[in-house]
This record gives sequence, structure tokens and C-alpha cells, in this order.
Amino acid sequence: MTEPSPPPFEVIDHTADVGLVVRGASLEDVFVNAATGMFSLMVEVSGVRDTEERRVELEGHDWEDLLVRWLSELLYYLDAEEMLFRRFEVKSLSPHRLAASAWGERIDRDRHELHFGVKAVTRHMLEVRREDSAWRAQVLFDI
Amino acid sequence: MATTWKKTLQKIDDWRWLLPKEYKPGMLVPGLIFSSEEMLDVIGQDQAIEQVANVAFLPGIVKYSMAMPDIHWGYGFPIGGVAAMRVEDGVISPGGVGFDINCGTRVIRTNLSEEDVRPHLKELVNQVFRDIPAGVGGSGLVKASIKEIDEVLVKGARWAVEHGYGWPEDLEAIEGGGALPGANPDKVSHRAKQRGGPQLGTLGSGNHFLEVQVIDQIFDAEAAETMGMGSVGQVIVFVHCGSRGLGHQTCQDYLDVMEESSRKYDIRLPDRQLACAPISSREGQDYLSAMTAAANFAFCNRQLIAHWVRQAFGRIIGRDPKDMDMHIVYDVAHNIAKIERHRVNADARSGREVTVCVHRKGATRAFPPGHPDIPAKYKALGQPVLVPGDMGRYSYIAVGSEQAMAETWGSTCHGAGRVQSRGAAKRMLKGVDVAQRLADRGIYVRAQNRGLLAEEASEAYKDVATVIDVLHEAGISRRVCRMRPIGVVKG
Repeated sequence: MTEPSPPPFEVIDHTADVGLVVRGASLEDVFVNAATGMFSLMVEVSGVRDTEERRVELEGHDWEDLLVRWLSELLYYLDAEEMLFRRFEVKSLSPHRLAASAWGERIDRDRHELHFGVKAVTRHMLEVRREDSAWRAQVLFDI
Repeated sequence: MATTWKKTLQKIDDWRWLLPKEYKPGMLVPGLIFSSEEMLDVIGQDQAIEQVANVAFLPGIVKYSMAMPDIHWGYGFPIGGVAAMRVEDGVISPGGVGFDINCGTRVIRTNLSEEDVRPHLKELVNQVFRDIPAGVGGSGLVKASIKEIDEVLVKGARWAVEHGYGWPEDLEAIEGGGALPGANPDKVSHRAKQRGGPQLGTLGSGNHFLEVQVIDQIFDAEAAETMGMGSVGQVIVFVHCGSRGLGHQTCQDYLDVMEESSRKYDIRLPDRQLACAPISSREGQDYLSAMTAAANFAFCNRQLIAHWVRQAFGRIIGRDPKDMDMHIVYDVAHNIAKIERHRVNADARSGREVTVCVHRKGATRAFPPGHPDIPAKYKALGQPVLVPGDMGRYSYIAVGSEQAMAETWGSTCHGAGRVQSRGAAKRMLKGVDVAQRLADRGIYVRAQNRGLLAEEASEAYKDVATVIDVLHEAGISRRVCRMRPIGVVKG
């Protein structure tokens, strides 16, 4: 019997803001699940079509820094281009560099069920670490 | 946890609690928390007091790491925190301002009564909801080029007035005239401008709102009269929002810079989100001029919103906004850092004057009567302080005091403060139609997502009256009047 796999992300309660605990078999999975988790706070992602791609390449000091920069980059596209994303793929990931793609579409207020906006990705309580044979990350958003 | 805190905190008087420097090795000054004894139970439930201790680690901090009664768990600084650092050897921290640079409040008065507005309320709120986008993303009615955004970053609300959005006299009623000096658009990234540009004239989401309110209690008739808010039953408009994506990106950009500079200047911190740089360093100065530019963007944003509020009233009520006396009562930031002159002694009239960088993270400036930085019409009164509550209860207007100047670097609270997380509020109100519950009480709500209103319901917040009372009793800010909402726009 195989154990049920843990959920890809869970919402953490924080008095003023909202956080996520993200799990994945690999670091790549954690980066994908964190992005999916963040967008699922803002929109009913099943209603978002994956018709447009945005490529992201960035550098960071460590896994935590890369995770903040990755999610912040996606927020940039949300504000600057009104892009909502539902599908993500990490192309390459090393301790100081990430290349990834995100697919989604522009906001359609008649069709998308929008929740609250994420203003920013904070570094408070930020953590990316190995947990047994898998990976776990924790990230708090400013709402 | 609350009882543990009560053992750690030393009671100074009924409204002041000292967090001793010995609480945590590395604190440079003690913490000072403004609260009643009952409120401490709520404040002590999360990490907020720990964050007061963490802020006390920041180099150059003077006197205390302070917290207002609406303090709650933030990221780095507590929300409701005030800290001043010496400019000579102190630091500036983007975490002490927050992502939403110059998140703040603005009140626009009218000479209409509730009876005048009631018959048009739905139409009015719907018009505002159409003209001032709220919620995720959203682009405003003004389309500004990057070059124009650069002008906004320097001129702030004045840019809006020059382009026909508002009246020249509006500027006198805004903190710093709606354009803080020292802003440098070149220090704001192109990405920040691209991110925030389309959002000029939008509310955003979270706890941001626009409310049509009615004055329901007046505590200080003379002060209320001076503000043109002297009648119970009078309608006003209360706006709460900030610098949108432009501010968020600016904070994010400089947190990256500050992570480096914390290493470079060997500043040891208990939380990465407190990353900082010496105020006198290049990094510190760059952040200060970028943050000031983002603050000006927020003043412009609220100016545009005020313009469309006037337009909406004009169209729906069918009268000229000038005839409806729709002047700005005041506009003030509650997420900001400013270089200010203060006296360090307990008696503000004597003692050495110092130049400090005052971080107000979820705290409002509350300057006393006679201060040179407040509008002439409020000189005898003190600076108006606009304090939003929650959408089911009420908001307040207060004024600053000498005591605030002497004790809190001229600062007071900024709101009610959350007590319940969004998740907890949603679970508690499961099955409750919050919009309907408000409608039953005569409050008409328009929101991007009605299902999310539970997260912003009264139950999620402290009663703002208790916050205002602590500061009134402590002599920090004086109550003027209370307003209850009748129309609410939420993201």
C-alpha cells in the first residue's frame, strides 16, 4: 500500500495575511506548486485557460531567494499585463538560477472568479528545505 | 500565550506596557506598547509582540520600539509599529514601511444628509464601483505613459490637479501637500512603473475600501466644525488605499538591495524581512528617494479616486460637487518612513532636537496644534487623523497632540487591527451571507467577490472604538467624531 501523498499546498492562517506550506517530490515540484498555490488564492484556477506563455529566467542567492523572485515575477505579469496563470513548468533549476515557463491568459472579469489580490511575496517565515525524501517550502504573502 | 506576555510586560500605567530590553538579547532599546489590559489578551495571541522585540534590534533606534493598540502580526515589523532611527548612525528598512508604500486614508466631506443620499445610494455606489476599479489587477480610467508616471512620482497629487482631476485647494489638505520632497523617479525601477502604471486610479483589494459614511457621533464639536464635519447625519466619503503595484514592486526591489547591504554592513537581524541599510549609505538614500516617489504615486492615486467620487456624486445626485461642498478634509499616510526633527526628552518643549527617520508601519502621523507641517486651517486644532474601522461598524476622526509629539514621534494608530485570520473569519461565518446581513442594516455593499466579504467582516477586526479610546485616554490623539458606513466598495 502506498501512503496518500501530501497535498501540493496548504493555506497557513496568519492574522493579517495568508501563507502557504508547499510540498513536492522535487524542488521543481515545489516551485510549480507554490505558483499554483499563489494563483489559487487569487482566482478559481480551473476557470483560467492556458493560452499564453511567459518565460521567466532569474538569478538568486539561494532556494528561498529564488522562490521569492519567481513568485514576484509572476505577480509582475499580473499587475503589468493582467495575466493569470494556471500551468507552470520549471525548465532548469540550480542553486542560483531558475528558468521556467508559465501559461495562462489575461483577466476576463466576466468569466474569471477572482478572489483577493496578493500584493507581494514576503521573506517572513520563508523556508525551503528537504523533508524526508521530499521538499517543503513555506511562504507568506502580503494581502 | 497572553498570560506569558503579561508576565514579561511591565505595566507603566493603564495604557502603557514596557517590553524590557532584557527580554531578548540583541534588543538595543525596550519596547513600548499602547494597550488596555483586556486588549493585551488579543494582542498576545500571535507573533506581534515578538516583532516589537525584533524591531528593537535595528541599529540607531531611539527610545523605544513602539506599538499602537491596533498592533497585529505583520512580516518583519508588526503592523501598528513605530520606530525612529538616528540619521547619523541608524538604518532605514523597507520592512518598516511595508509593500504598500503610503497606504493611507482620505476623507471627502459633503453637505448632504443621509436623507439626501439614501434614495440614490445604490446608484451612487454602483457608479463608484464602475469608475474606480477594485480587486485583483484592474486598470484605472487614466492612461499614463512611463514619462507621465515619472512626473506623477515627483508631483504626486499635484499632477492630478494639473490635469484637471481635482481642485487646487485639495493639495493643502494632503500630508506634505500631496508631493513629498526628495522623490527621485530614476530610483524607481522600470518594472515598478510598468506594474503600477495601469493601476493609477484603482483601489486594490484586501482591506482597501471606499465607503460612503454618515457622521453618527461628535465628541469635539469645535474640531468637527473646523473640519466642515459638524453635523450628525452628514454624509462623507472615506477612502483607504495606497500605491498599488508600483509601491509593491519598489519595496520588493529594495528588499533585494537591502539583503545585500545587511551583509555588506554586517547588520545582524532576527528576521530577513527586517533587511536594512544605513540611512546615510547609498543604498539607504536610494531607497528613501524611491519610497518617497512611490508615496507621491499613492497621493496621486487617492486624488484621482477623489475626483471620480465627486464626478459620481455630481452625476447621481445631480448637483455640482462644489455646491455639495465636496472638499478634502485630509489625506494622510500610514505606511511610510520620513526624516523628521523631534525632541528626545519627554517634554517636547525642551530637550535636544534630533533628526530621525520615523518608520510608521501601520501608524498615522498625528502632529500637534501649531506644527509647521500641518495645514493653516488646522493650526489651532492639530493634524486630523483618519482611522478606518471595519465595514460593519464605524470609522473615526481624531487629532494629533503634544503628547504624541513627545512620546510617539507624533504618531498614533491606523485602524482597528485584525484579530481573526482570513481563514478563521471564513470558517466562523460559513453559510452567512455577509452582504445580506449588512443590507439588513441599511449598508449597501459592492464587491468583486461577495463570497470573500466574510474575510473582511466585523468579526475579523477589533472594535476600533477600543483602539481610539486607549489613545484618547493616553493623550496621544483626541477623538473628534465617528462615522458609520451606508455604502461600501470592496475589492
